[in-house]
Amino acid sequence: MAKRFQPGIVSANDLLSGAVIYLAADGTWVSTMSKAEFITDAERADERLALAETQPEIAVGAYLAPADNSDAGPVPNHFRESFRAEGPSAPARKSWGYANA
Amino acid sequence: MLDAQNNPTRTYLDRRVEEFRAQVNRRIDGSLTEDEFRPLRLMNGLYLQLHAYMLRVAIPYGTLNADQLDVLAEISERWDRSYGHFTTRQNIQYNWPKLPDVPDMLARLADVNLHAIQTSGNTIRNVTADPLAGAHADELMDPRPVAELIRIWSTDHPEYQFLGRKFKIAVTGSPNDRAVTKAHDLAVRIVEKDGEIGYQILVGGGLGRTPVVGRVIREFLPQADLLPYLEAVLSVYNLAGRRDNKYKARIKITVNEMGLEEFSTRVDEAFARIRPEFSGADQDLLAELQTAFAAPELAPRDDAAYHAARAADPVFASWADVNLREHFAEGYAIAMISLKPHGGVPGDANAEQMRVVAELARKYGQNEVRVTQEQNLVLPHVAKADLPAVFGELKAHGLATANAGLASDIIACPGMDYCALATARSIPVAQQIAERMAENEIDVGEMAIKISGCINACGHHHIGDIGILGLDRAGVENYQITLGGDAGPDMKIGEKTGPGFAYDEVADAVERLVHAYLDLRHDGELFRDTISRTGPEPFKSALYDEEKANAA
Repeated sequence: MAKRFQPGIVSANDLLSGAVIYLAADGTWVSTMSKAEFITDAERADERLALAETQPEIAVGAYLAPADNSDAGPVPNHFRESFRAEGPSAPARKSWGYANA
Repeated sequence: MLDAQNNPTRTYLDRRVEEFRAQVNRRIDGSLTEDEFRPLRLMNGLYLQLHAYMLRVAIPYGTLNADQLDVLAEISERWDRSYGHFTTRQNIQYNWPKLPDVPDMLARLADVNLHAIQTSGNTIRNVTADPLAGAHADELMDPRPVAELIRIWSTDHPEYQFLGRKFKIAVTGSPNDRAVTKAHDLAVRIVEKDGEIGYQILVGGGLGRTPVVGRVIREFLPQADLLPYLEAVLSVYNLAGRRDNKYKARIKITVNEMGLEEFSTRVDEAFARIRPEFSGADQDLLAELQTAFAAPELAPRDDAAYHAARAADPVFASWADVNLREHFAEGYAIAMISLKPHGGVPGDANAEQMRVVAELARKYGQNEVRVTQEQNLVLPHVAKADLPAVFGELKAHGLATANAGLASDIIACPGMDYCALATARSIPVAQQIAERMAENEIDVGEMAIKISGCINACGHHHIGDIGILGLDRAGVENYQITLGGDAGPDMKIGEKTGPGFAYDEVADAVERLVHAYLDLRHDGELFRDTISRTGPEPFKSALYDEEKANAA
């Protein structure tokens, strides 16, 4: 049985930097989740994942990440996506050199 | 056979770097798909994690010289965020490399004979060893010549590039196992029988989702039989190991499903076939390696200055009590350098700290640095008279935490702050616990707290006195506690206590366990002794009944 569809956004990692990226409605990749296209049906999700597949020079490992929508755009609804969006939590950044500790 | 493979010389490393550079270029220009590129980058230690690539560099048997450590620092500054993360398998990981820079990073590593080959993928991984090898008073023999022999044999060995799963080997020459040998796919323990040196061989150990304590497959293997015997073990595993299910593909499952006896019989058959192929060239090489790893000449030194400093500075005395280990040479000590400042990130060192340690090794430490399975560094040969100066430098750079082997010397995997496989965070949990432990950890004494952020157990939670496993329970981080694990020579897997704890409850729970231990212990008893005597019940009660009482 197919997994029940959950609304969300298409996310991937940037090929060159490895950074987290999101697919926007205009087909470009953005670094802020709130600017991503919020996808509400399975058909659109398949289309957008197919589009991502055609851009291997930009996006690695594209997948549909579950998210909620808000007035400010899509927001994470699971802590994994929160960490992907925000980077390592503040305590874990303590070693980032003296300058940016 | 060995000659053809040879030690990865500069030429070999250069060739590998240029090969990978071409692969990276082909990936970037679109000639290679990600599916094609992924196994190629993994063969070179390059992972793609949550927020960035991660490059894992091998530190064979945990031994570095000062120049190598300087280069590790330089790489972190030129191509990463000026720090590195030391792991439980004696590797260093860079968390923020950019794909186009990685070939340059590898080229710089090659300048000092370091590389990232076989730090990932289904191959024989970095060969690890006792981090106090060649220095500790309790050692029978330095394990590093054997570890280096195995490394040379296994590096780029064509038969072992596509094993069913990864394969980890550890070597120790001390009865006080500091290399977690029983958690390895294969382990070599150097032993003595009737005045002859040989090897006890263990197989099938491992942690992960199915923790198994390694078992002895050969009590005493003559030295000259080592490589043919390892080939025999690998060849049986390579053919009989399961490839249908990733979670059943490690040798521990093969051995368990087949039974140790049958596995051993097949190894003996393979050994009989393979042994004649070894002409003795491997033994000539081992003899050369033993010379290369000969103990440094340590001139006798008066230690009056050390005792004077102890008397004058209680902070130094306390550090010395906790962080020094017994050296084989009189007047010398092994200095453990803690990478676990209270509230810091376990195992991280920034570039400046790496350079300070390198310089200390040059000036006072026979040019040697070690990386431990507990994610700390070591200066293995320091004259006691030089320790006050060493301590002063360490202290000035945040490296003098007196907690080696204590409750705040926590092993923690990168967890969900970095790792794509993680199900919960590890680092902030370790930080919270370490801060709680700081105040009276000297009284608590030896204590191993180990934290993994997923079931793969990189943080060794199964074998901590107190183990913590971070899971995702219905979209919330939840931490399961295990008790009574032991990473020593008689490794034990800890037992689960009961329901898990929320992210902000774990440090309290651990504190209750430590208080229970202080109440229950007899004089001189370690945590593992107390729990063997009392059983887990009083500790479970501390975890769960007190929690209820507090909530009431």
